[in-house]
Amino acid sequence: MFADWPILSLTIWLPIIGGFMVIASGDREPNATRWTALIVSVLTFLVSLPLWFGFDSSTAQMQFVERTPWIPLFHIEYYLGVDGISMPLIILTTFVTPLVVIAGWEVIKYKPSLYMASFLIMEGVMVGVFAALDAMLFYVFWEAMLIPMFIIIGVWGGPNRVYATIKFFLYTFLGSVFMLVALIYMYYQWGNFEILGFHQLKLGLTEQILIFLAFLLAFAVKVPMWPVHTWLPDAHVEAPTGGSVILAAIMLKIGGYGFLRFSLPITPDASHTLDWLIIGMSLIAVVYIGFVALIQEDMKKLIAYSSIAHMGFVTLGFYIVFIVGQTAGSGAALGVQGGMVQMVSHGFISAAMFLCVGVLYDRMHSRQISDYGGVVNTMPIFGAFMVFFAMANAGLPGTSGFVGEFMVILASFRADFWYAFLAATTLIIGAAYTLWMVKRVVFGEVVNDGVAALQDINAREYLVLATLALAVLILGLWPAPLVEVMDASVSNLLQHISVPKY
Amino acid sequence: MQFDTSQLIPVLPEIYILSLACLVLVVDLFLKDSQRIVSYGITQVGLIIGIAVTLAVSGPKAQILFDGSYIRDPMSDVLKVGILLVSFLAFLYAKDYLRDRDLFKGEFYTLGLFAVLGMLIMVSANSFLSIYLGLELLALSMYALVAFNRASTNGAEAAMKYFVLGALASGMLLYGISMVYGMTGTIRFDQLGQEIQRVGLNNIVLIFGLVFIVIGLSFKLGAVPFHMWVPDVYHGAPTAVTLFLGSAPKIAAFALAMRMLVDGMQPLVHSGTWAGWQGMLIVLAVLSMGIGNLIAIAQSNIKRMLAYSTISHVGFILLGILAGTQEGYTAAMFYTLVYALMSAGGFGIVMALSRRGFEAENLDDFKGLNQRNPWFAAMMLLLMFSMAGVPPTVGFFAKLFVLDAVVSVDLVWVAIVGVFFSIIGAFYYIRIVKLMYFDKPVDESPLTIGADTQLVLSLNGLSMLALGLFPAGLLSLCSAAFTG
Repeated sequence: MFADWPILSLTIWLPIIGGFMVIASGDREPNATRWTALIVSVLTFLVSLPLWFGFDSSTAQMQFVERTPWIPLFHIEYYLGVDGISMPLIILTTFVTPLVVIAGWEVIKYKPSLYMASFLIMEGVMVGVFAALDAMLFYVFWEAMLIPMFIIIGVWGGPNRVYATIKFFLYTFLGSVFMLVALIYMYYQWGNFEILGFHQLKLGLTEQILIFLAFLLAFAVKVPMWPVHTWLPDAHVEAPTGGSVILAAIMLKIGGYGFLRFSLPITPDASHTLDWLIIGMSLIAVVYIGFVALIQEDMKKLIAYSSIAHMGFVTLGFYIVFIVGQTAGSGAALGVQGGMVQMVSHGFISAAMFLCVGVLYDRMHSRQISDYGGVVNTMPIFGAFMVFFAMANAGLPGTSGFVGEFMVILASFRADFWYAFLAATTLIIGAAYTLWMVKRVVFGEVVNDGVAALQDINAREYLVLATLALAVLILGLWPAPLVEVMDASVSNLLQHISVPKY
Repeated sequence: MQFDTSQLIPVLPEIYILSLACLVLVVDLFLKDSQRIVSYGITQVGLIIGIAVTLAVSGPKAQILFDGSYIRDPMSDVLKVGILLVSFLAFLYAKDYLRDRDLFKGEFYTLGLFAVLGMLIMVSANSFLSIYLGLELLALSMYALVAFNRASTNGAEAAMKYFVLGALASGMLLYGISMVYGMTGTIRFDQLGQEIQRVGLNNIVLIFGLVFIVIGLSFKLGAVPFHMWVPDVYHGAPTAVTLFLGSAPKIAAFALAMRMLVDGMQPLVHSGTWAGWQGMLIVLAVLSMGIGNLIAIAQSNIKRMLAYSTISHVGFILLGILAGTQEGYTAAMFYTLVYALMSAGGFGIVMALSRRGFEAENLDDFKGLNQRNPWFAAMMLLLMFSMAGVPPTVGFFAKLFVLDAVVSVDLVWVAIVGVFFSIIGAFYYIRIVKLMYFDKPVDESPLTIGADTQLVLSLNGLSMLALGLFPAGLLSLCSAAFTG
């Protein structure tokens, strides 16, 4: 029944227009503003559900396609569509945004209309990035994301927010413009801006390597990969809770999506030739950044570094395929699927961890681990949630954190024992920094008067944390639906990259 | 030479604007200071009628008149409408500013209209002589306008610099023209191409002539290394004049480049090596984008900052022209028109922040604008992101189309240099957004903006988003100017 509705356009434009309406409603009635924002975000989630339920898992073709000319002179089209790779990420986006709206309910006092509107507009734009099948449309949405995030960090952020937000903006902008030149170059080779067309474009190895490097700059900054990761800890620490949640849960995944949609299919031979680079950078992220996380004293910074390490797993999973393909023959799909599951799972877990830190920050206005201790005595329910999410972050089987990591480590084993060994160290290091943080903050004796006066979480916070906990558990115990959905698209991708392009 | 009145029909816009200027000049003599609004009214209504006249005589075919001095073609139609519209905008924004500073004199509109006339002649010129005529008419009117505030020493200094440097540049231009004429024997653009082919592309005198012509052109555009006048003139002139100077004459300068280089001297585009005008424009463009963006970062005066940003935008326009293809020219025209709108909007907001006795010239005057007036802070946000080239504003598409054209002629390294300097440039634009949204206001007083300015400024800001979401219309208009 919904097949004729332009669901993707609705999912993109409903929150954007809703966001502008929220700004227009102003700050005279903050409660009305908040409820409007919540209704719009929940409506968007409901509108995006047909993407899941109406999805045909048997095919790798693009579904829910919408296509009209936009700028005919330069062959740019308004071309949308989803496959097994982009659809789960869209659902993740529409799922997390209402939680962010609820999380910012009471704590945002200054211009809540602008705050809510920024998130709504950003939601629409992020869905646009995942759904775009025209390279320029993709680029417009990709860059447009920067504007609301820039405002969110800069207006409602912490004391060093200006440095953090300008760094975030310029770093990401720098990476993206080189991608723009690569896209324009390919337009002149192919004749229009269709991304699927670029997949078919024949390119020589040198061309491929240059284009690969241009894409790498853009996606490596977004993911973020070591060594261009330094903007993330600053951005996370200074951003308000909601901003951190969206940044970690969705924005980082856009970088991973970029690798799957652009780098791998368009430049498979360059990816093959340079896979050692990506694998090296990913392993450094997993191991080195894991150790960096261990010494952090600011909870948000710790979780930020943990995000970088987890995203290292994602890129490792994506690029291990060439080696696995060479040595084992099958099981390459495991790497890519593991990376994708890790993306979705990390979306839930990091969102939840940042929300937990937000809960504590709203009460004590501190993120320093040393200011906390024995929180479980005064906030037992919260303590339970925080421990659960910490376990998930560490990769405990039964939670979603385990599934992705396990799949990637399995795939790495098939590639090379040492890759798997280094990747598996995350299980130890990840457990170390997460559980140590939880031990210091949640367990033990009540350490000061501030902690003694803490109130446990209220209904609103309970709702948000419980929803995420449920999601983490379900994905951890029953990941099959997610894996099934992406199966056809992943196989199609792997088949495509196994054929040399020149 | 045959002269018949039907030849006058295509020239109607120029005749009309000349009559309008004379009308305003004479009517103004009989007005008291309190009635000055009448001169303003006549000018604005006149400009609107001028747009109608231009559209009425427009058409798909080119017409060359007056023994090859004048050409009316689709490009001239589009550019003339653009110039008249932007001038209307500039005068509208200027009104309250001039009133608050006792500069609200009829001479402003007379000089302005003569400048518009000069621009229209430049756009429709088909010979070196007529283009020079238009150029000088524009320049002399602008020199006087820059010095309009007699009490300001800054203004007098700026006008002197502009005048002296402008005269020097005009001299260079004439010298170049004389060399080209000497070699080819014609001043008509439609015949120049053939004559150049006949003389030969490696003729040293011809190349020298080209160099001097490009020097004169770069001065008018404000391209590095002939850009020295831009920051001082933008800073010293009254902001209303800066707004006018930075918007409409850029369209005319674009026409100058198109008529002289593309219509007239197309065969000299490569000359095989760096000796052609493509090579020269590459040097100018790269230097302009680099120097403009880098020095703008150091500015604390908003007018100087916008002046250096102008220099960098001019670099981008030159990129479109040097590509040498239809798409390139279309992209450059699109960029010029969009830039004129952005510039008018940007300076319009600067004037909106100013009031009687207070000039909002420093960056700190933008602090906390989101708290003082969220709507105009949002408009400035749109304008700033458009200038930076961030989607979904139209500034991004302007840059995209130019980059498309440059890549299509295999000048990928130039495109990379261009985007690299754009990133550097993005910093000073987002610095303005930072001041407006993230900082507390220093000056808490509310903005005093007239209702007409509020409406038009809002439309100007929103057009950045609207044209960004739907650029195809304006783009096909620009494209029709070259294929038509």
